[in-house]
Amino acid sequence: MELIVDALVQLVQLLLVLSIAPLLTGYVRKLKAHLQRRRGPPVLQPYRDLLKLIRKEAVLADNASWVFRTAPYAIFATTLIAAALVPTFATGLVFSPAADLIAIVALLGSARFALALAGLDVGTSFGGIGSSREMMIASLAEPAMLMIVFTVSLLAGSTQLSSVAAYVQGPELGLRVSLGMSLVALIIVAIAENARIPVDNPATHLELTMIHEAMILEYSGRHLAVIEAAASLKLLLYFSLIACMFAPWGLATAGQGFADFAIGVGSYIVKLAVGGFLLAVFETGTAKMRVFRVSDFLGAALMLGLLATLLLFVSQRG
Amino acid sequence: MDRLALDVAHLFAGGLVLASFMLLYQDRMFGLLNIFALHALIVSLSVAWQAHIQLAPHLYVTAAIALVVKAIIIPVVLHRIIVRLGIHRTIETVGGIGQIMLAGIALVALSILVMLPITAQAGTLTREDLAFSLSVILLGLLMMISRRNAVSQVIGFMSIENGLILAATAAKGMPLVVEISVAFSIIIALIVVGIFLFRIRERFDTMDVHAMGRFRGGQP
Repeated sequence: MELIVDALVQLVQLLLVLSIAPLLTGYVRKLKAHLQRRRGPPVLQPYRDLLKLIRKEAVLADNASWVFRTAPYAIFATTLIAAALVPTFATGLVFSPAADLIAIVALLGSARFALALAGLDVGTSFGGIGSSREMMIASLAEPAMLMIVFTVSLLAGSTQLSSVAAYVQGPELGLRVSLGMSLVALIIVAIAENARIPVDNPATHLELTMIHEAMILEYSGRHLAVIEAAASLKLLLYFSLIACMFAPWGLATAGQGFADFAIGVGSYIVKLAVGGFLLAVFETGTAKMRVFRVSDFLGAALMLGLLATLLLFVSQRG
Repeated sequence: MDRLALDVAHLFAGGLVLASFMLLYQDRMFGLLNIFALHALIVSLSVAWQAHIQLAPHLYVTAAIALVVKAIIIPVVLHRIIVRLGIHRTIETVGGIGQIMLAGIALVALSILVMLPITAQAGTLTREDLAFSLSVILLGLLMMISRRNAVSQVIGFMSIENGLILAATAAKGMPLVVEISVAFSIIIALIVVGIFLFRIRERFDTMDVHAMGRFRGGQP
């Protein structure tokens, strides 16, 4: 009986993540439009786009191989699993032993690999440019992400997200400069990974600068719908990851009553709203970077991660 | 010593190392000055916290000197010098920011590896602060050798002095007279450097110190 309830809660989390991901994207777009004094599309527009795309016919290039056709589903599946693993409103669920930070990084890495392959598959020059730029960003963002994981897991004594959240909530925390540095580094990595503004502009198709859009330029119909949904899921995943690791207040633990779960869901929604607002303000206030400066930007994240680990080393040896 | 005191001291010392990295990273003139002011502000906060937890009131004077002289007077003076020299729009070409950052990380690791074993008997706080201050000094030296512009080299030199103050306060018992004379010598250094900068400018029409190589004696 207990197992069934736990599995149900896990299923609720999976469906919650899946259903509110486009809403978050629409909300951020709406806020950005308001900040630029435009009215902007309605918040529910991403859902309508997805429905429209699913109903449309998928057009394939003549020389597209099976890689091109299967890649969108592989990307969606890995991203969905990763998003379902990150605790959103409750920790210690059924999948929680698998909710390992390194596993999540690896799942996102496989999604990126599939996307880059799909970009190369048709053989257009845009796809190639997009894939090569994506790989350049990944080669800097992944080490930075792993340094963040090392820092947090050195502190919490575990790479499992549930234990990290419990540690941050607990009395052992104190004032940690390393945690602050890894938070900044994680935000930089999240901006780069989600192709947000200083690195890539999600709302443009300008050849010189696009990265993510260049890879998915050949997609249409249901394939494009699935890729768009995966992109929204990835944004939501990074929000949940930051909220779970650095602001785990209000999280319920498995086996608690209905009221705790309700508080957990409520605080999760509040965190998403605050995070989306900050993202919109940040994106409105900054300009797009040249592609060759991106390595400096991500290098700062890598440097912060390394420095955080080093500082932690001093304070633990003491 | 309770945990909070240690954590706050660790926060300030770590923040100082971070500010040194920001100095290395920044290539615009006014940005550099602002970060230098932040660097001095962190030192002054750190010293004030040491004064609070070591119950050593004379350290408050040190903190005040650091705040007034290095966080306010020196940045303002350098700001004026930069405007009068007309170099505020120069963006320095630092050769390969990535290599410099990696070298900086290596220096921090080196100073931790050197300092922790040889200070095994000292208290936790002293060991931490000594390791961090050695890294701040080495990062300042790295900044001086990686920049070509004379003003940024001066800022690197001043950041070394901040590292020395951190080390001195951690060692418990720097007399006030030492601090006053150090602060005084820094001000004298600033005056000398200010005159020096204008002289370089007058003679060579550039702030690039490599231009002076031609005038070195003894070379064929």
